[in-house]
Amino acid sequence: MPQVFSSRFVLFLKLAIVGMVLFLLGAVVLWRIVTSPLASVGAAIEQPVPFSHKHHVSDDGIDCRYCHTSVEKSSFAGIPSTEICMTCHSQLFTDAEVLAPVRASFRTKKPLRWKRVNDLPDFVYFNHSIHIHKGIGCVSCHGPVDEMPLTWRAKPLTMQWCLNCHRAPERFVRPREHVFDMNWKPKEEQLVLGKRLVEKYNIQSKTDCSTCHR
Amino acid sequence: MSSRYPSNVGSTLGKKPPPGAVVTDKVSGLVLAPHRRWWWLGAFGFSALLSLLFFSAIGYLLVTGVGIWGINIPVAWGFAITNYVWWIGIGMAGTFISAALLLTRQKWRASINRSAETMTVFAVSISGLFPILHLGRPWFFYWLAPYPDIMNVWPQWRSVLVWDFFAILAYLVVSLLFWYTGMVPDFAVIRDRARKRSQQIFYGLLALGWRGEARHWRRLETATLLLAGMAVPLVFSVHSMVGLDFAEGIVPGWHSTIFPPFFVAGALFSGFAMVLMLVVPLRSVFGLHAFITSQHLNNMAKLLLATSLIVTYSYIMEVFIAWYSADPYEIAMTQNRISGAYAPVYWATIFCNVLVPQILWFKRIRFNPIVLFVVGIAVFIGMWLERLMLIVTSLYHDFLPSAWGMFYPTVWDWIFLFGPIGFFTMLFLLFIRFAPVTSMFEIRKLRSEVKNHE
Repeated sequence: MPQVFSSRFVLFLKLAIVGMVLFLLGAVVLWRIVTSPLASVGAAIEQPVPFSHKHHVSDDGIDCRYCHTSVEKSSFAGIPSTEICMTCHSQLFTDAEVLAPVRASFRTKKPLRWKRVNDLPDFVYFNHSIHIHKGIGCVSCHGPVDEMPLTWRAKPLTMQWCLNCHRAPERFVRPREHVFDMNWKPKEEQLVLGKRLVEKYNIQSKTDCSTCHR
Repeated sequence: MSSRYPSNVGSTLGKKPPPGAVVTDKVSGLVLAPHRRWWWLGAFGFSALLSLLFFSAIGYLLVTGVGIWGINIPVAWGFAITNYVWWIGIGMAGTFISAALLLTRQKWRASINRSAETMTVFAVSISGLFPILHLGRPWFFYWLAPYPDIMNVWPQWRSVLVWDFFAILAYLVVSLLFWYTGMVPDFAVIRDRARKRSQQIFYGLLALGWRGEARHWRRLETATLLLAGMAVPLVFSVHSMVGLDFAEGIVPGWHSTIFPPFFVAGALFSGFAMVLMLVVPLRSVFGLHAFITSQHLNNMAKLLLATSLIVTYSYIMEVFIAWYSADPYEIAMTQNRISGAYAPVYWATIFCNVLVPQILWFKRIRFNPIVLFVVGIAVFIGMWLERLMLIVTSLYHDFLPSAWGMFYPTVWDWIFLFGPIGFFTMLFLLFIRFAPVTSMFEIRKLRSEVKNHE
């Protein structure tokens, strides 16, 4: 009776097993990459009007709060209404083609359909005002917005990323008066300053579920 | 001495067959030259239909949600958890028979350990489905596993339900390994006897190139002993964990320190009953009387009786401690069990688990396969009722009268009870068609030992 398996077949079998293991590992790695929230970090998102933060902040020197009016008072920073755009653009670039949707929105009283760049799931209750008041700068979470021609998400916004700061806020906190300063750099060691500010602002490391998942 | 067992005992060469060749002929013949058995096809078809029903029901459950079951807010654990505890309990006895009896050198285990291990693997696989299916959002069940994720969230290690996850997983892996390593030499026998190329390849792959060298046998024995040594503590810890699912709670009727050993005893009890239910038909249908003798059935019946007495003791203790505690809730719960809305469940449990096994005191009964089969069925049903009784009667009337409510199973509950039975039967029928039903090499070893002794 001949051998059931030739040595060639056994070799093929071993290679097939190794190949299967590699394939599975590869599939897992690929799945992690595809589903990673980091994929959307840094990718600019098309908007109905190509609004440029770079132009409005860097070139014009407009303060963040001019448009995002409720950021100090409300949980929601707010996307500016068409009326806020029209405070300037009823006079400037009145016939510019890119601004046609803004004028149309103003005429028809239908808001512009901006696409959210930093969209958290609805089971997360994020509050802007508390972060502003405890000395977290815009840059820390939204990145260098003043350099963005089209806005992109600068940070992953994962729970891990949130907790990273909540567990050690002294690494990120800054004086309140510099929260809206896009180019602020600490003059001393960040940890020394941070520890002092944490004490001064009575910052508590809130990591309970009820802080965000109410 | 181990080299005495060649994987291929040539019984067809006209010489006087060596001891054990009969078992090899018989058992490998069941796999290689099966007779056309209409009953096998019929039973397979029926159980396959039930399995199909079960898996369609799972599909409907995933689409619609756990509200298709009769569970409600006082009784949030119904048939799903009852079935989970029942099936994992059935699995326990398989490992006990193959591992604990191996460690205690009980040689009679050799001819029934394969059926028992198979029963374990299939029953544990089925039981493992229920903790996942009874989740409201089963697709998140992997959150029970401790893996580094982008939420920085880990499982709660103080919850018994997390321990359950690890217990079932570890138990499934160890029992699978134990089952498979024990079958490798037998697969080699079937490979060597196969004449069809497809069978040679199929069993050749399963046999992993087993040649029956002395070194291989020595390693196999060491591996079996090590796995048995791991499996025995697992049997006790896994089902203790299942007991803690309830004992960790504060509900009267659940919060009880007797639960871990009581649950282990109950598990072995239902498992031995299931082994009897499998082995009795197996031996008469395939004519395995020479290997699975009446003495085996007698020994199994004795184990069944012994575990029944431990379970009986626990029932008595529960009632006694409820009275002795003077705790109004414990007393009310016990009264409810005995004379409340679910009293028939309680008394049926007592009848099946306490009264029926008492006939096993008689030697004539222990040698009667038909009566043993019937006792097995009674215990099989009784242990299901016991888990239902423990879960439902503790939940439906607890501390606050405003939170009292009845549990009525829906048709889906019944499908999730009977569907898995069909699925188990289907798997077991496939097993007896494609794998050696008893451990050929262990019986050969026993026979040659007897021969040398004479």
